[in-house]
Amino acid sequence: MFSKDTWQEIFLTIRKNKLRTVLSGFTVSLGILIFVGLVGLTNGLQNTFEYFFSQDATNVMYIFPGRTSMPYKGYKALRRIELENSDLKDIKEDFPMFVDYISPRIFRSALVKYKEESNNYTTIGVDWGQQFAEKTIMMKGRYINQEDVKNKTKNVAIGRLVEQDLFGKSNSIGEFIDVGGSMFRVVGVFQDDGGDNEERQLYMPYTTRQLIEKNTDKIGQIVIGFKEEIGYTGAMAFQRSLEKYLKQKKFISPEDENGFFVRNVADQLKQNQDFAGVLAIIAALVAFGTIIAGIIGISNIMVYVVKERTKEIGIRKAIGATPRSVISVILLESIFITTISGFLGMFLGIALLSTLGDKLMDDYFILNPGIGTGLAVFATLLLIVFGSLAGYVPAKRAARIKPIEALNDE
Amino acid sequence: MIEIKDLHKSYKMGSNSLHVLKGINFSVEEGELVAIMGSSGSGKSTLLNILGMLDEADEGEYVLDGIPIKNLNETKAANYRNKFLGFIFQSFNLINYKTALENVALPLYYQKLPRKQRQEKALQYLEQVGLKEWSHHLPSELSGGQKQRVAIARAMVAEPKVLLADELTGALDSTTSYEVMELIQKINDQGNTILVVTHEPDIAQMCKRIVHLKDGVIVKDEKVKQVRAKAHV
Repeated sequence: MFSKDTWQEIFLTIRKNKLRTVLSGFTVSLGILIFVGLVGLTNGLQNTFEYFFSQDATNVMYIFPGRTSMPYKGYKALRRIELENSDLKDIKEDFPMFVDYISPRIFRSALVKYKEESNNYTTIGVDWGQQFAEKTIMMKGRYINQEDVKNKTKNVAIGRLVEQDLFGKSNSIGEFIDVGGSMFRVVGVFQDDGGDNEERQLYMPYTTRQLIEKNTDKIGQIVIGFKEEIGYTGAMAFQRSLEKYLKQKKFISPEDENGFFVRNVADQLKQNQDFAGVLAIIAALVAFGTIIAGIIGISNIMVYVVKERTKEIGIRKAIGATPRSVISVILLESIFITTISGFLGMFLGIALLSTLGDKLMDDYFILNPGIGTGLAVFATLLLIVFGSLAGYVPAKRAARIKPIEALNDE
Repeated sequence: MIEIKDLHKSYKMGSNSLHVLKGINFSVEEGELVAIMGSSGSGKSTLLNILGMLDEADEGEYVLDGIPIKNLNETKAANYRNKFLGFIFQSFNLINYKTALENVALPLYYQKLPRKQRQEKALQYLEQVGLKEWSHHLPSELSGGQKQRVAIARAMVAEPKVLLADELTGALDSTTSYEVMELIQKINDQGNTILVVTHEPDIAQMCKRIVHLKDGVIVKDEKVKQVRAKAHV
């Protein structure tokens, strides 16, 4: 079946029937190409989602103060809600089963000076937990710690680019910098995957910030890191009870959605993952459909090939071709064409995807599209196997052709 | 060489059954050149198909060179056809994308002969039919007479016991027909057994024996004085 002669016979047939070969090969290549492309692009889309959410922790909730939109319990509408130190303490004490860490965020812009260098940066008053919420990575030194917060120390952790701007190549740890008129000691330098902006920030103890601002107890925003083991459902339940709790505490109408806002990263992640998952399922269905269409395409071509070659098969049988040799020549030809063009389409698809990289990132949110080699090979083999099975039926029928009928077939 | 006893064959046409061969008895010796004559519907093609193992008889015996031809499966029939029989058809039946040489070599391919031997032998037979120079031409580049010569070379190349020709001159003009018959006579002169189905009396006269078939029975079986085709060319 696999003798050199058989292959020579097949190559000759392929060479002499170029149009047929090209058409059937094209169908297969295109099928695999579309499959690889579709799966690859979907993967790229998922990569983008992952990329977006990998920058910050996902078991995090943010509380932003707002303005009430309706009067409640004697308070007028449009009252400004402010978060305070006591809120931190109360949330921590009343939701111990949910809260992992909690930190305020007090954003202030400040002119920062070191020797002759100076620049405007965003300073953020935080507690130690912020490091985990932001996934801040310490390059050297340390982050703001509990002692800093307790003692209202004048320590700061500065971003990588802040150090670069102000200190050039020299070491910043232990040096004193002027932040908006007060001298702070640099205790750490950090980097952040969130981008340049986040590396042009300075973290200081929020208590120090409050001290500078006439010992206020207002805290801007609150970041709550909840325990991962509570899961998505737990996070949603936590969010609901937290909203109710805060509305009660701040005398906001239960119907008022504008007193403060909660951004639950877990919820957003879930929604995006669901969305990406549905997209992946749709893409998989379409991709699978492409493979099926390819298989149907091959079997159609095979039926046509057998029909076209009926007379030839009759001649061959008359001069001594066995049914087995008729089947094997037809099948091997189809397997050969399918294999070559299938893998051609696969490599073409993979090459195409790998040239894309992040070129589609800005406009189409597709990052590093690609397909697992295993999956691509599997799909190609699937097409080859089922294509051959589909080809077997007409080949078998061809082998049963009576030479005498075939020879009368003009 | 060929022994046939009481051969019957009928075809089912819907609910009707058409009795085509109604008890044929005849035998062919080695080296004979036999014409089977008859009008259309006489059963001559059916007889040839059964002789060629392309079709099976319902009843009766068929012995080819001492081998009973009965209850063959497809593979065995294919092997017998390949080894024992050479076919020549009215419409030549060459494979149109293969050159003359490749067409002639094809039966040897099914005998699993090495490629080189196949080509040597095929070329040798092409030379015998006078087409050595045309060996690398496609059938579409050959005339009708040349195509039939290629077909004859193909039928001969496996050195079969019997050559079966079905209206081999049916698609040719008379001059070319005589040329082809001259070749057939030459091959017969070398001792090959040949059966020619025809309805043309002048072609039949160029054989050594004529079997007349009518309505599925042999009505006349006569030895004739062979007319040499060369005289007509």
